[in-house]
Amino acid sequence: MSTPEALLRVEDLYVEYPTEDGVVHAVDGITYQVHKGRTLGIVGESGSGKTVSSLTTLGLTRRQGATIRGKILFEGRDLLTLPESELRAIRGNEIAMIFQDPLSALHPLYTVGNQLVGAIRAHNDVPKAKARERAVELLGLVGIPEPKRRVDAYPHEFSGGMRQRAMIAMALSNEPKLLIADEPTTALDVTVQAQILALMERLQRELGMAIVIITHDLGVVAEMADDISVMYAGRIIETAPAQALFSNPEHPYTWGLLGSIPRVDDDREKELVPIPGTPPSLIQPPSGCHFHPRCHYAQPDHARIDPSLEPIPGEPDHFAACLLESEVRRRLWSELSAGSSPEDALSEVGLPEAAT
Amino acid sequence: MTGYVVRRILWGLALLIIVAALTFVLFRVLPTGNPAILRAGRDPQPKLIKEIERVLGLDKSLPVQFWDYIKNIFLHFNFGYSYYNQESVVSLVKERLPATASLAIGAGVLWVVGGLTVGIISALKRHTFLDRFSMGGALVLISAPEFWLGLLALFFFASDIGKIKLFPGSGSYVGLTDDPWGWFKSLIMPWLVLASGSAAVFARLMRGSLIEVMDEDYIRTARAKGLREPQVVRQGVRSSINPIVTLLSLEIGVLLGGAVLVEAVFNIPGVGLLAYHSIIQSDFNVIQGTVLLASMFIILANIAADIAYAYLDPRVVFK
Repeated sequence: MSTPEALLRVEDLYVEYPTEDGVVHAVDGITYQVHKGRTLGIVGESGSGKTVSSLTTLGLTRRQGATIRGKILFEGRDLLTLPESELRAIRGNEIAMIFQDPLSALHPLYTVGNQLVGAIRAHNDVPKAKARERAVELLGLVGIPEPKRRVDAYPHEFSGGMRQRAMIAMALSNEPKLLIADEPTTALDVTVQAQILALMERLQRELGMAIVIITHDLGVVAEMADDISVMYAGRIIETAPAQALFSNPEHPYTWGLLGSIPRVDDDREKELVPIPGTPPSLIQPPSGCHFHPRCHYAQPDHARIDPSLEPIPGEPDHFAACLLESEVRRRLWSELSAGSSPEDALSEVGLPEAAT
Repeated sequence: MTGYVVRRILWGLALLIIVAALTFVLFRVLPTGNPAILRAGRDPQPKLIKEIERVLGLDKSLPVQFWDYIKNIFLHFNFGYSYYNQESVVSLVKERLPATASLAIGAGVLWVVGGLTVGIISALKRHTFLDRFSMGGALVLISAPEFWLGLLALFFFASDIGKIKLFPGSGSYVGLTDDPWGWFKSLIMPWLVLASGSAAVFARLMRGSLIEVMDEDYIRTARAKGLREPQVVRQGVRSSINPIVTLLSLEIGVLLGGAVLVEAVFNIPGVGLLAYHSIIQSDFNVIQGTVLLASMFIILANIAADIAYAYLDPRVVFK
């Protein structure tokens, strides 16, 4: 799955934090890549390591005492071994990031314009007045009305959607090659969510940047992503082109995610199927397949054997880390997608029920 | 904004009258020395005491005395006269104000600059030896009373009685206009002693505040933008300073209280020493004058801090 022209290639990345309760394995050996101008969606529950992996890309977990292993190759340079000064020159310049809560992510005591000017001047030796003109232009670009006036407003004078637009403007100020968007729409109303996603797509087309969008919401990546990686307990457990992931998901966790979102074209009587249990501890992850305690289809030896990402036969670029046989999975999914409950699907396929 | 300030000043005025009434009652009703007896010399005749009381106006009823006092302040800006040398309180205070101002302003600058600097460094070098050392030192300084610190400073560093003869000792104060270098030298120890307690409080507050702020999302954003670390820290300091400004006004009261003790220990002829002597001598009018002066400063400092707070935080609106 490695191709030389990948813009960003994360290889076997591990991020571990020492805490009082033990070592947190926040990111447990993940590999992914993003190509120029493409969008990768990283999906998972809170605490699955999505955010930590992207913060690590920018070197923002360094100072927190994290142990980091692996490689993060950006245009061939390993960001993990770059000195802080060179990494700083990449941050906000070639790789920009936007965050979940735009109110807390903007400094409350500086005007929006001031913060934009700071971002511009961090990487360009331009006079303040010039940077300010650019800030007004950027605010206009992301669809903030009356940018000339708004440039002097404080974040608390903006609505949630406008704040996220301002964050995007800030991220775009140096025309980055890669934009990492960490739950960019989670704190926003549904209608505003759609506007922000549309804005990001438009800007991607205009500026040709690659996007990594991190979310727990499959609906968001369905709209935007070219490829999707699903994370669970610090690992990628399934990765596929977006189309394939939605039509032929291979991992029971992905089924669970798909089953727990409502669809407009579904029968109204159909009940949503939640994933039982809670996300696992990252200090002492479950043995074997990390998902087995919550998996409807787990077999006894799944608590022992640790699955790795395997290619799906007949489907290029589709990988899953599941111990069930490919044939069994395919039959289970066809039952589930036909509307069966997990229990019915199990008995239909003839697997013994999981011990959970 | 103007309306707010005017309202606050009027409130402050009312507060000053209440303070005046309280001190008035406190010193006249509570069993302090009767100034008439103190003035009458050894074994006085009761008749003489009565006569002195009449001259000082102490024979009138308390409300009448207070009324006369307030009336004189508002109509003539006259705060009465010292029972001892008949000098007017206004001129007594005026004469001694430069020394106290020198002491308080110098200590104030040391306090804020020193406290914030130590706090910022401690926060950024969290859990290092430097941090632990400064925070431990701060705790000692917070716990140490000024007069004790002052005596200690004199014992070790005064040029007359000290072990290491470093700075001019007690009673060496000279006016700024008379001898600027002598003025500066004589105030080094008093400044340090007076500033230490408040600076220590500020260092600890600043450290806590900055540590909290440096974990905020917007600091992460600042780093993600690619700002240099000094700029990131500046953004952090900018927000962590806000809660501290509020405490500035509270701490000014502590500073003025400390000034009385420091002036007494270092024998600086300031308003604090005046207050100290007048309390010992039951010189009511002078006590009253110095208390009102101090209260006025605290009230003004509070108003200034509130205005500064609104200026520093755009989210604050005056009502």
